[in-house]
Order: sequence, then C-alpha cells, then structure tokens
Amino acid sequence: MRYLPKSAEDRAAMLAAIGVDSVEELFASIPEEYRLTRDLCIPAQHGESEIVARFRGWAEQNATGYSSFLGAGAYRHYRPVIIDSLIQRGEFLTSYTPYQPEIAQGTLQAMFEFQTMICELTGMEIANASMYDGSTGAAEAILMAVRVTGRSGAVVARTVHPEYRQVVTTALQHQGIQLAECGYATDGRVDMAALEAAITDETACVLVQSPNFFGTIEDVAAIAELAHQRGALLVVSVAEAVSLGVVRPPAEADIVALEAQSFGVPLGFGGPYCGVIACHERFLRQMPGRLVGQTVDRKETRGFVLTLSTREQHIRREKATSNICTNQALVALMATIFLSVYGREGIKELAEQNLAKTAYAAGAFTKAGAKVKFAGAPRFNEFVLDLPKGAEKTLAALLEKKIIGGLAIGKWYPELGANATLWCCTETTTRAEIDAAAAAFAEVR
Amino acid sequence: MAYPVEYLYTKEHEWILIEGAAATVGITDYAQGSLGDIVFVDLPKVGATLIAGAVFGSVESVKAVSDLYAPMSGTVTAANEELANAPEKINADANHTWMLKIALTAVDEKSKLLSAADYEKYVREETGH
Amino acid sequence: MAGRKATTHVNQNEPLLFEQSARGKRGYRLPKLDVPAVDAAKLLGASARADVGALPELSEIEIVRHFTRLSTWNYAIDLGMYPLGSCTMKYNPRVNEAVARLEGLAEAHPYQPEALSQGALAVMKSLSDCLIEITGMDAITLQPAAGAHGEFTGLLLVQAHHAAQGNARRRVLIPDSAHGTNPATAAMCGYEIANLKSNAQGMVDIAELEKMVDGETAALMLTNPSTIGVFEPEIHKIADILHAKGALLYMDGANMNALCGKTRPGDFGVDVMHLNLHKTFSTPHGGGGPGSGPVACKKLLEPYLPVPVVRETAGGKLALDFDRPQSVGRVRAWYGNFGMFVRALAYILANGPDGLRQTTEDAVLNANYLRARLEGTFELPFPTRTLHEVVFSDRAQARLGVKTGDMAKRLIDYGFHPYTVSFPMIVPGAMMMEPTESESKAELDLFVEAMQAIAREIELDPEMVRTAPHTTRLQRLDETAAARKPVLRWKPEQV
Repeated sequence: MRYLPKSAEDRAAMLAAIGVDSVEELFASIPEEYRLTRDLCIPAQHGESEIVARFRGWAEQNATGYSSFLGAGAYRHYRPVIIDSLIQRGEFLTSYTPYQPEIAQGTLQAMFEFQTMICELTGMEIANASMYDGSTGAAEAILMAVRVTGRSGAVVARTVHPEYRQVVTTALQHQGIQLAECGYATDGRVDMAALEAAITDETACVLVQSPNFFGTIEDVAAIAELAHQRGALLVVSVAEAVSLGVVRPPAEADIVALEAQSFGVPLGFGGPYCGVIACHERFLRQMPGRLVGQTVDRKETRGFVLTLSTREQHIRREKATSNICTNQALVALMATIFLSVYGREGIKELAEQNLAKTAYAAGAFTKAGAKVKFAGAPRFNEFVLDLPKGAEKTLAALLEKKIIGGLAIGKWYPELGANATLWCCTETTTRAEIDAAAAAFAEVR
Repeated sequence: MAYPVEYLYTKEHEWILIEGAAATVGITDYAQGSLGDIVFVDLPKVGATLIAGAVFGSVESVKAVSDLYAPMSGTVTAANEELANAPEKINADANHTWMLKIALTAVDEKSKLLSAADYEKYVREETGH
Repeated sequence: MAGRKATTHVNQNEPLLFEQSARGKRGYRLPKLDVPAVDAAKLLGASARADVGALPELSEIEIVRHFTRLSTWNYAIDLGMYPLGSCTMKYNPRVNEAVARLEGLAEAHPYQPEALSQGALAVMKSLSDCLIEITGMDAITLQPAAGAHGEFTGLLLVQAHHAAQGNARRRVLIPDSAHGTNPATAAMCGYEIANLKSNAQGMVDIAELEKMVDGETAALMLTNPSTIGVFEPEIHKIADILHAKGALLYMDGANMNALCGKTRPGDFGVDVMHLNLHKTFSTPHGGGGPGSGPVACKKLLEPYLPVPVVRETAGGKLALDFDRPQSVGRVRAWYGNFGMFVRALAYILANGPDGLRQTTEDAVLNANYLRARLEGTFELPFPTRTLHEVVFSDRAQARLGVKTGDMAKRLIDYGFHPYTVSFPMIVPGAMMMEPTESESKAELDLFVEAMQAIAREIELDPEMVRTAPHTTRLQRLDETAAARKPVLRWKPEQV
C-alpha cells in the first residue's frame, strides 16, 4: 500500500529484531474469538485517479453554477487564494498542537496574531485560540457566565440562530441550568420588556446574537444595561463576522462568542468552521479553550507559548473549564491570513459592499412585490422577506433558473408564516443575480 | 527542610499557626517544592466558611494544580492579597508566607493534626527524602 | 544510514504582522460596486462603527513572506516522525486535500436544497457505512467536532438510554490511566466520577470493577488498547460485568490504529464509542485542529442519536432526517466537520480492506520494533505485550538526575519531535511512544540511535541534556512568566 514505507526485507529484519516469526504473533493479545478472519466489507483499494474520479462524481451531484442568496449562519465570501497556498504548507497543515514551543513558533505566533485581531474587532480585552464553531462557542460562553456569577440560569433570545439555541439546550441539559427564552419586537430586535420580565436573580447571563438571525442589529448597549442592572452578564454571539467591519462592536458585552467562518473559511457543507470566545480580562481564568501567551526564552528573545493550561482538561481533568482538546487551529489560521489581506481598510470596504448589495436587493425585491419585514431597525447583509405568491412556489421557480433563493424560516418561526424567507447578499452577489431573482418573482403565477 | 515547631501540619501539606481562637494558614516548603514555580493562588473571600478537611482553594503551577484543604474549621478573616501579584513569595519562603487568617470554630480539631516532627517523618516516608 | 538527520530550519526573527504594518499599504482589491454605494453611517445610525482598530495593513508579498517564514519554525509530519503516544501522527495524504477542494463539495452551503446536495449526503452516508463496518457497530453520528466532543455526545446517548429505562444512574467509572478529556467530559454530563485503579499490570482490575459496578453505574469509559498500549485481556469479562448490572461500555477510540481491520469493538462488547478522524483516519492536525469525532453505537442507543441523521428515502435519494423524537438534540450547528469526512473517506478508499489491515499491522510492527530496540536502555514498567504504542519510564536515567521531560527536549536537537511526556500518570516519569505505520525502518533506526545517544550523553554530561534543546532558535521559553503575567495580545502602544 503506497502510504506504507516498508519493503519485505525491512519487515523481515524488524520481525527478527523483535524475535517473532510473523506479525500475527504481535496480535496474540487480542482474544482469538474477536480477531477478524475476513476482509472488512468496505470498497476495494482505489488508485489515486480513482479516488479523484469518485469524489468528482459526488461533487458534480451538488449545486454548481447556481447563484445563492443563502446565509443564516454560513456566509459566502470571496477567499483570497494565498489562504490555501499558505495553509497547505506541510509545516502548517501537518503539524501538531504546539505543546513543544521551541518547534512550533509558527503556529504559536500566528495564533497570537489571531487573538490580537479578534480583540480589536470585537472590542474585547482577551480572546482564545478557537472553539469548534459559533454554536458550541455560545454554549461554552453561557457555561463561563455560570461559573463566573455562580448563578444557575440563562435567558436566550429567540433571535439567536435556531440551531445555536438547540446546541445550547443540548450542551447544558445536565448542568442544572435553567434556560428561559425571550421574544422579539416588531422591529425584529429583542423585546426589551420581555427580556426584563425573563431576567431573574438566578440569571447568570443573557445571550443575544448581533446581527441576529433576521439580519437585524441589536441594541447591545441597552441590553447590556438591563442585564448588568440585574447582576447578569451579557453574552453576544456574532455569526456574520464581516459585519464587524462596519457595525460597532459589542463592547458592552462581557463575553463575545464569534463564528469566524466569514473570514476566509470555505462553506464546506457546514464545517469545519471556527468559533472564538473573547471577553474581559477579569474572566481569564474561567475561559475555555487554548490560550497563547507571549514570553521570552533563556536568551531573552521573544517567543510564544500555550499558557494557563491549568484551566484545561489535561491537567484539571474533571474540574476543567471545558473538555475541549483539539480545536480549529488551521481554520483560525485561514482567518488570520484573510484579515491580514483585507486589513484595516479592507475589512471596512468589504463590509460596506455587503451593506450596499443587500440594500439594493431589498429595494429590488420590494419593487418586485415581495415584502421586507422588520423595517424599523438597522440591518447588515441579511433580511427577512415575505413572498406573497408563496415561498415554496417562488423558491422552486427560482431553482428552475439556477437561483437558490433565501431560506424558508417558518419551521423555526411559525408566527412569521409559511412565506417568510431569509435572504443574504455578500460582496460576491452581483447586480445581475439580484435583478434576475427580482424578475423571477414577477414571473411566478 | 526544617519545619517550624510552633506550627501544626496536615498530610495535605498545609501548616497552621494557632494563637488562641485565631489561626494563620499556609503551605509547607515541601508542597511548594513539589509544585514548582507557583503562578496563581485561588483563595476564598473574607467571611467564607472553612470546614476541616474540605477544599477551600487551589494553588497552580505551570503544569499542575493542587487543591488546598482546610486544616481546621473556621471563618476567613483575611486573605493575603499580595499573592495575587506575587505568588512566587510562596516559593521563596513557604514556611513564612501566609495565605489565610481564620477565626477558629472548633479549637479541639487540632488534636487531629501533626506536630513538626511527625510531619517531617511523614514527608520522609512518603517521598524517601 | 549514519549520522543525525537535519534539524528544523533556523530562520531569522520574524516580527508580528502589526509591527510591519504601515498606513496605506494594501493586500486586497475589491471589484467596483455594481450597485449604488450606501452611506454606512446613515444606514446604521447608532450601530455604525467609527474605526476598525489596529488590524494590520500589509502588501501581499509581505503577508506571504510572513507566514512562510513562520511555517519554517514548525516541526511537522511532512518533515519527520512524531512519536507522540495516542496521537497517531500518520501521513496526511494530499489527495485528501485535493478532493476536499472540489467546488461542489467545498462551496456547498449547508442549507442548500437536499436535491442539490446529493453528493455531500452521499459522502456522509458512504463514510458512515464504512465506519460502522470498521467498528462493528450499528449506527453512527458524524456531528461531533473532535474526540472530546464525541465523548460528550456518547455520554449523552448513555444518559438518554438510562433515563428511558427509568433510572438516570449517577456514576461513570474511569480508569486512572485515562486521558484527561474522559473525566472532564463525564463532569460536563453531570455524572459523578469513580476512579478505577489499575492493577499491577496497568490494566483494569477485574475484581475492583466487579465491586464498583452497581445499579447506579451508567458506564465505564475504557480506552482499548489502554494508554500503555495493551489490549485488555479480559475485555469480555469487563463487558459482561457491566451488562449484567445494566451498565454500558463506552470505548475511547483514540487507539483504533491498533485495531482497524484486525478486530472490531462492536464484536467485543462495546456499546458506544467515538473515533478520532484526525488520528486513525489521517485527517491533518493543522497545528491543533480541526478534528472530527464521530460516535458509533449499538442499536439500543440509535434512537437517541443527534439530529439530523442521513437516511435513504423510498425513491433511492438521500435525505436528512430531523424527525427523531428521542434524539438527545444537537451537539453542533449543521452536520459536523464535513471537510474532514471527505478526507477520511478518501483515506479509506485509498486503503481498502487490505490496506487498512496492513496499515494496522505495520503500526504494531513499528511500535514493537521500537520497544525491542529500546528496552535495553530504558525501563519498561510492564512486561505485557503491547500493540501500537509503548510506554517507558525514565527511572534508570532519573537516578542520574535527568527526567523524561529533559530527554524529550534533547530529542529536538536530534531532529525529532518529543514523545509524550509524563502521561499516562500510572507510569512515573512516563515516556509514551507511538510511531504509526507511516515511519520507514530508516526513520525508526534514526530515532532509536538518537534515544540511545541521549542515554549515553546522560552518563557523560547530564547537565547538557537537562538544559536542552541547544540547536533551536528559541530555547526553554519561560512558561512561568507567561502564566503569572499573561500577555495574550499585541497592543499598539507596545514597543
């Protein structure tokens, strides 16, 4: 087998050195009754060209050549090509967790740069070196708030991504944490009166998302004030990270749980993505996940190390802040390179283009007879659209024209009706695509 | 390693100096040596209740964490704030770096503790030092 | 082949991105807007952002040089062996990277219509079927993002099962040789943890187990082969004891590289287990992730699997099934680390049944070869037969004042990444080694020579070994200072 670097002579010499006649003897410790005497029923060995052909076949069974207006937590942004050329260097791709800092400074310095940029973008003081994704990051942030406050409840806004909320519920189910929900107002933002009613003396934190699932930007300052008045922390989840280029950061939050997929991570049918937790310095010891810190070596040269490992599972074991071990380092590196390419001016221009395309689309679709909901509050690059001729019919008609329309969200928000759909435009969405979609609306009978 | 004779000791390597109904608590030189460079000390707040034998905090080095066990029951009257910024003081002089001052609630618990001589013997046996 | 192999390339000091940044430098160019521009401040009002902050401004070549130079400071599998125990640092095939980047797979949106996702769903179904066959289980979820996440999911299944039986059960048993994620995970699920002491051979003490398992035991979390590389000789007894009291056997699949194609956990009594695609199935570690931790289980736990599950419809198409009323819920948004599914499946196809079996045989051959060649030099705490990894103790060298961590650092000077230091905790001064099947005899011989040279150095000049490494650009970084006064980001006012 071509991945195995041994000749028959090598194997014979090694068996002789060990003092056995055959490799089977080395498996003698496995009870005979459990030793397989047949081949596994899996596909036969493929040559490399056969592997490529197989996957090409599968790739072609997926949508290619479609324009898409899907967002809802996973965003189609252009990925600069140097991301893949750099992360595919073997020294990044095939290296291990940087537990031996002398031979892992590449990973460690890049992670330090990542942590810095996340702090700048989110307005927080410290950031970790990645969690699995935005959904698990939100759950971990709530657990953090529970540890910090010693309280046992959390209020979660319904405008947080429905799948994030499911993950929160699943992750917290055996920790004795009471979850309460709070609804939204006519402007698509968290209903402040409902929020006030939902917060109790046992509320450790409020979790909101901004921009929220509807694309609407929350009034983070007001929510923070309300939460803090009652002794609760504010956790803000950010699913569309590019928004931070033009939307003010949730600086009043105590903890930010970011999904960094928008920063140069492929859509890839849902993963791998890149969650991050950022927060105030005073919560440092309650933070989950790996942290990279600056230090010096014995010659006083600057270097970087994993630090504060005593929070983590390999030392604390059952008292660890989380069980997380392997995280998303290579994906965080993609984000670091993306942010380097765009930089201070580029991330702003990128975000402004997203705003412009979305504003144009909202206008075009309104003219075409659809209804944009939640007009009363500012949005970033997503909006909810009512399709008066029926969502199912309209989306099917669009598909005929190789347009993937917005996501039908009635299954999560039945009160919005079956015709409610969520649309996203990014800098990659062209005017022609928007016009084509608007024209297609008109044609639906 | 000389252990002050006026202290009493636990098998978890804490020392306690009893003065009437008040006491001072720290960790022994053996403990700081085993931990290595101490980077953080987690202590309870003033007013917290300590129960003899129960965990009241922890001491961290780069690679390890050790729980701290209360030698005797009482209420915390003071915690050494200096340790927040200079935990290395414990490494420098564990025998004379205090962590907590407590008001004792059951002075007769001291009968369960080890004398300096007994503690020294215990350490020798446990570690072969 | 005599002499040392090349050490990692020592390069010039490379500053942080921010230290090379200058206002006005550009690394990007966006196309001109084809729609009217908007006034962000007007549109967003109070939500508008004034300034993005101190993100760097650099040209493309500076970015490419920066990260290229950084990469040359890393050791990697592509450069040489990682003998890390239980990490299974095997070759990461490049065809995996190529197929993962095929447009239809790489750019698929997780919410695109199922009719247009048949290829992605087929990848998931195909991988699921292969992993079920490899593990000897009945059902699987691909959703967990890493091994620890898989452990959490597996315990959720256990919990749901017992709750459905009417007794939630309070306790999980964990051997003292276990990886730290095991107890951390059990605590996250609200379980009490009972520590199962190993016997004199470092294996499960059957008599102890029998005493400890009762009606409140939910499961035993077992790594098999164990972290000392030994296959539990009484695995059937272990399973029987648990099952007799209605408890379940959870297996940590980190060491599957010793079993793949030779035996199946489902056959020897395991009820639920996780796999590490980034270990056994060759997906790249990437400096610390992404990984993927699928959880396979027996039929009795199938109803509780996270949603959604991939199933075949009556029409022969593939669909995502969300209608699962007994599901434990969702452990991650969408379907899991799909990109790693593609890579793992490519690996399985590259091997086929004979390749997987030969891979396992070579992994075990390599580890036993290291054991045979090094056991004269380093103390072997347990005489039991080991499979794909071996654990030595530093006792012989510690007598001369040099410990496992020091020898590990000295190994860096010989061009290797250290083995696993001080784990498992049941071996004092542990030196845990897993070469994997990817190492040639030549590379193994170089490793053996390096370890033997170090042992000789300890006799002649222990201080030199204690102060290693000596050939790297940075040496003995001050981890104490990093922990006492954490500096976790660059700040603009820093010089």
